[in-house]
Amino acid sequence: MARWQGQLTKIDDYRWEIPQNYKTGMRVPGLIYANKEMLESMREEQTLEQVANVAFLPGIVGHSFAMPDIHWGYGFPIGGVAAMDVKDGVISPGGVGYDINCGVRLLRTSLSEAEVRPRINELINALFRNVPSGLGSEGKIKVSQKEMNQLMMEGARWAVKRGLGSEEDLNVTEEGGCLSGADPGKISDKAVKRGLPQAGTLGSGNHFLEVQVVKEIFDPHIASIMGIDKVGQILVLIHTGSRGFGHQVCTDHLRVMEGAVSKYGIRLPDRQLACAPVKSPEGQDYLAAMACAANYAWVNRQCIAHWTRESFSKVFGKSTEALGMKQIYDVAHNIAKIEEHIIDERKLKVCVHRKGATRAFPAGHKDTPTCYKEIGQPVLVPGDMGRCSFVAVGTEKAMVETFGSTCHGAGRMLSRGAARRSVKGQDVLQELESRGITIKTGNLPSLAEEASQAYKDVTDVIDVVHHAGISRKVAMAIPMGVIKG
Amino acid sequence: MNKTFEVIDHTADVGIIAYGADIEELFSNAALALFSLITELESIENIFHLDLEVSSQDMDSLLIEWLNELIYLFDVKHTLFNRFDIRSLTNNELKATCYGEDFDAMKHTLKVGIKAATYHMLKLDKNDDGFKAQVILDI
Repeated sequence: MARWQGQLTKIDDYRWEIPQNYKTGMRVPGLIYANKEMLESMREEQTLEQVANVAFLPGIVGHSFAMPDIHWGYGFPIGGVAAMDVKDGVISPGGVGYDINCGVRLLRTSLSEAEVRPRINELINALFRNVPSGLGSEGKIKVSQKEMNQLMMEGARWAVKRGLGSEEDLNVTEEGGCLSGADPGKISDKAVKRGLPQAGTLGSGNHFLEVQVVKEIFDPHIASIMGIDKVGQILVLIHTGSRGFGHQVCTDHLRVMEGAVSKYGIRLPDRQLACAPVKSPEGQDYLAAMACAANYAWVNRQCIAHWTRESFSKVFGKSTEALGMKQIYDVAHNIAKIEEHIIDERKLKVCVHRKGATRAFPAGHKDTPTCYKEIGQPVLVPGDMGRCSFVAVGTEKAMVETFGSTCHGAGRMLSRGAARRSVKGQDVLQELESRGITIKTGNLPSLAEEASQAYKDVTDVIDVVHHAGISRKVAMAIPMGVIKG
Repeated sequence: MNKTFEVIDHTADVGIIAYGADIEELFSNAALALFSLITELESIENIFHLDLEVSSQDMDSLLIEWLNELIYLFDVKHTLFNRFDIRSLTNNELKATCYGEDFDAMKHTLKVGIKAATYHMLKLDKNDDGFKAQVILDI
């Protein structure tokens, strides 16, 4: 792969610009959040070219953004943010990704490391039994075709109504766990068929369920409002999305968008950027279908959170209330949203694509939940299973600079193949176990693909967004037990 | 024997390069490459066959649709195939008979979950030796 030779202008230690004149056809400049070392590794791939390509899309405003965890995606880079004016801009399924509303949910407990460590094997086994995971896994909840329509429209509330969680969970879920505008009429039979058996499953690939120990608290006041009180406290992080359902929705609508590109005479530098005007029938149909898939993903995380609580309750012989198992927050990191932002001192309705990027709204924002109004929306940034994860909050600066967006994780550095060649699944398992991390997986060889050395260090990623001011780090936790699909 | 296919790396995912003396062989080999990623091809027996028809607007997207149809069948019906007779193939329509069996956990080892064939870096070329196609798969 040729090294990317494009021009970058340094703005400060954490911001770099791809000038608008880098390529004819760019409508805005690119803006990359990274330190110097990260930038070097980004140049090894065509990631930055993708940032420039996104800048071609009609209606894009501000910049085509790259977060520090950026890596090479399809058309859009993963870790990219782009906002399009709803009036004359486009929506692109590639700017959301295949796994619509892939995201993370964080639960807290009142348990300490000392209480959990002696029983971690028992706990991980209980979680592994209780949460369907792995390739081809099927859910414990049976969803009928008719119920599927309700599920798509109601999101997480659908699960709560069936006793899987509480109203309180919805209050601390992005969009209340339900994106409006969902229309099951825009969903193909194929998508429904893929979705029915997979509802309430963790899936495979980089998805996981992790029991974590708080290792460091950077901002005790903000952390305490989230219920993170002390080092040694146990948290649970759930990372999954919309499974085969979201993939089928994306595949179906990419096909429609292929036609739309020629119909509306849109000039694209990459076929995978296929898009349609937000206001066109094709654009509106995709938004309605995407909302169905986003809602499906929230049901998924809602169910898994419930079974996680059940498992803890069973192992520790206490109610989930007694174990203090409240939800801290749930964020989507593959999604497009219609939001209002201030651009050049005027209010503008934009379609914000966040692909491998997290919303990071500040304190006081109307969409920041009441309980977090004072501190800003929690941002959950998982790292790889051998390192650590971070909790942060959104800031005013993110609102001004990045349409209220920040990073989403560590970001892949090695391809899956390269990871498999450099290390064996069994060795990864042993290495992690020697460091006190218990792993349970249905697919041992694929564990190698998720090894630490395949990822950037999430600590570097979070430091960039923290110092750039687009989020503020609050706490760090390390894994103690992990379930990999 | 001529090359049939190769598996290539892509940062977040995986890719395939398929070869074929003619376009039919290319489509057949691309499907073989796909199933080689999912399980061991040798472990699949030809117990039943299924006729498939796929249509699209051009040859490039037909290849993507073809692979997506097979991914869909595996995801929903858990069917594995390792032999493909391409009965007819035009610029926008393909008719094929696929031979294989249902996934059986006692018999087949699942390697990777393939979720979609993408247009990213898609290449379909003809040269003196025949046809060659590159497809990146989302996993």
